[in-house]
Amino acid sequence: MYVAVKGGERAIAAAHGLLAEKRRGDTEVPELAVEQIDGQLSLAVDRVMSEGSLYDRRLAALAIKQARGDLIEAIFLLRAFRTTLPRFGASGPLDTGAMRVRRRISATYKDLPGGQVLGPTFDYTHRLLDFTLEAEGDVPPARTAPVSEGMMPRVADIIGGDDLIERNPPENPSRPIADLTREPIAFPADRDLRLQNLARGDEGFLLALGYSTQRGYGRTHPFVGEIRMGEVDVELFVEELGFAVPLGEITLTECQMVNQFAGSKTEPARFTRGYGLSFGHCERRAMSMSLVDRSLRADEFGEERKGPAQDEEFVLSHSDNVQATGFVEHLKLPHYVDFQAELALLRQMRQDLAQSTPAQEAAE
Amino acid sequence: MTAPAYNFAYLDEQTKRMIRRAILKAIAVPGYQVPFASREMPMPYGWGTGGVQVTASILGQKDVLKVIDQGADDTTNAVSIRQFFEKTAGVETTTETLAATVIQTRHRIPETTLQGHQVLVYQVPIPEPLRFLEPRETETRKMHALAEYGLMHVKLYEDIARHGHIATTYAYPVLVAGRYVMDPSPTPKFDNPKMDDCAALQLFGAGREKRIYAIPPHTKVVSLDFEDHPFEVTRFDRPCALCGAQGSYLDEVVMDDRGARMFVCSDTDFCESRQENGHRGPLNQEAAE
Repeated sequence: MYVAVKGGERAIAAAHGLLAEKRRGDTEVPELAVEQIDGQLSLAVDRVMSEGSLYDRRLAALAIKQARGDLIEAIFLLRAFRTTLPRFGASGPLDTGAMRVRRRISATYKDLPGGQVLGPTFDYTHRLLDFTLEAEGDVPPARTAPVSEGMMPRVADIIGGDDLIERNPPENPSRPIADLTREPIAFPADRDLRLQNLARGDEGFLLALGYSTQRGYGRTHPFVGEIRMGEVDVELFVEELGFAVPLGEITLTECQMVNQFAGSKTEPARFTRGYGLSFGHCERRAMSMSLVDRSLRADEFGEERKGPAQDEEFVLSHSDNVQATGFVEHLKLPHYVDFQAELALLRQMRQDLAQSTPAQEAAE
Repeated sequence: MTAPAYNFAYLDEQTKRMIRRAILKAIAVPGYQVPFASREMPMPYGWGTGGVQVTASILGQKDVLKVIDQGADDTTNAVSIRQFFEKTAGVETTTETLAATVIQTRHRIPETTLQGHQVLVYQVPIPEPLRFLEPRETETRKMHALAEYGLMHVKLYEDIARHGHIATTYAYPVLVAGRYVMDPSPTPKFDNPKMDDCAALQLFGAGREKRIYAIPPHTKVVSLDFEDHPFEVTRFDRPCALCGAQGSYLDEVVMDDRGARMFVCSDTDFCESRQENGHRGPLNQEAAE
């Protein structure tokens, strides 16, 4: 005798209890502190802040702990928190030219004002497992060159000084900057909206799309003009005071890609730009973003759109991993009503066939 | 985390106003998909965030809320959404269809005929009925603007040519108020006739796709079909095993691994109230005594 399952509420509570226990893991092992995640899994924190669209290291670290290290789940937690926060204003544009640089490399010039600064990078490490990390041990303090107080101009500005790269459009205060968290995306989208979408887009998705452009699906002939990472001041213009107030500093990674030139009979040829920016130290995503940004500008430069990375509706509609994971995973919700409708039709179609087949045979 | 940190029904009042404006526009243009600035909700996209935002925006303190998924009040996601509103809005909840003023649903319309004081809120995964014929939003919006629905009829015709039937059994497209072709959300086509001339207001929320649409009370809703292949609802050739109802939508329950099945009402409130009134199905005879 079938008894209608009434255990939904209890089952959910029990599942959440199990989840909490699994998250904690072996209680013989000390619990992971939020500070440890922030300090020792800092690149995970950077990614969660970038895709969660919220610069708060502590909350991102907490989200990673709560999500048991599932970064997309952590990003979701941060987004759901972010959306409840009141908006009291928008900062002024950040000046990455005034960044207190900890890493800066250019692939277009051997040397340049400010020099090449490697900073903390995996580049040139040999990817050999370091078994000494299994034991606890102190790390000797790293040797660094004194921070040069001198100028470190952006490479794009150096090229721009010779008028060899497209000029950035002038600021237009009368045109508000798009915000996809306040207005749904409509197509065609302008570059500001596209950049906002890419800035919070899934790193794996951006990486794959960027990679596809290198393999010929919408090639853009990119050079890394510059990648820079460091701290930038954030300022808010306060109407009542009449001047900008510093709010603090954030760590950013910026990638300026220098791409295939464009020009015409009347317009001198110039290189074109692809731009990538992310919170924290997220070089891979900043580079991928700049490749995709440039690809999405195909129409602007009269390029034929033939790769997925050039298709803005495809890219912008599928870049958000919180949306994507929700919809993919909703397939595990009950669908028995619709499945029953399909079953009924399938059975009817088979019955129709069974009834018509003997009749046909008899007729022959 | 405690609920009082959040506004009544979770969303802030500004967001609610924005959503209400979208709802009013949707009611004014029946079947038209109104874009709205959908928020991230504390449950995943695809799990009812559109319906939850609509419910949160229309819910008042005196409302009585019912939440169903697959017709049932006790399916896990229905339990979860009901608990969400119990926690954030503190409104009274019910499983009784007629006692509710707001019913949020996924995949079903209750069997009991809805009344004029009620609002039915649907959770919608893909609001665009033309999406699987044309993936681009830029194109489908044009098609709606021009009422260019030939492609949909071609699809239904191809079904008949290939299968002998229109092979769409749920999310069966409807024409609303003679103008917009609309996706009724993935309800089985069995439920389509209930949408026509319905006394209750029907609101549809798609959170991930950022669209709201509506069917005002007593609006003409027609399921698309052909003169020689008229629209037909799914019929079950047996009554509910528990309450004996004829003509309700049934879930198939697998009893063992040798092919035994039983069929019971998907609408649990409908089924239980019938049993309370003494109705019994073929597999529920001993319980009657």
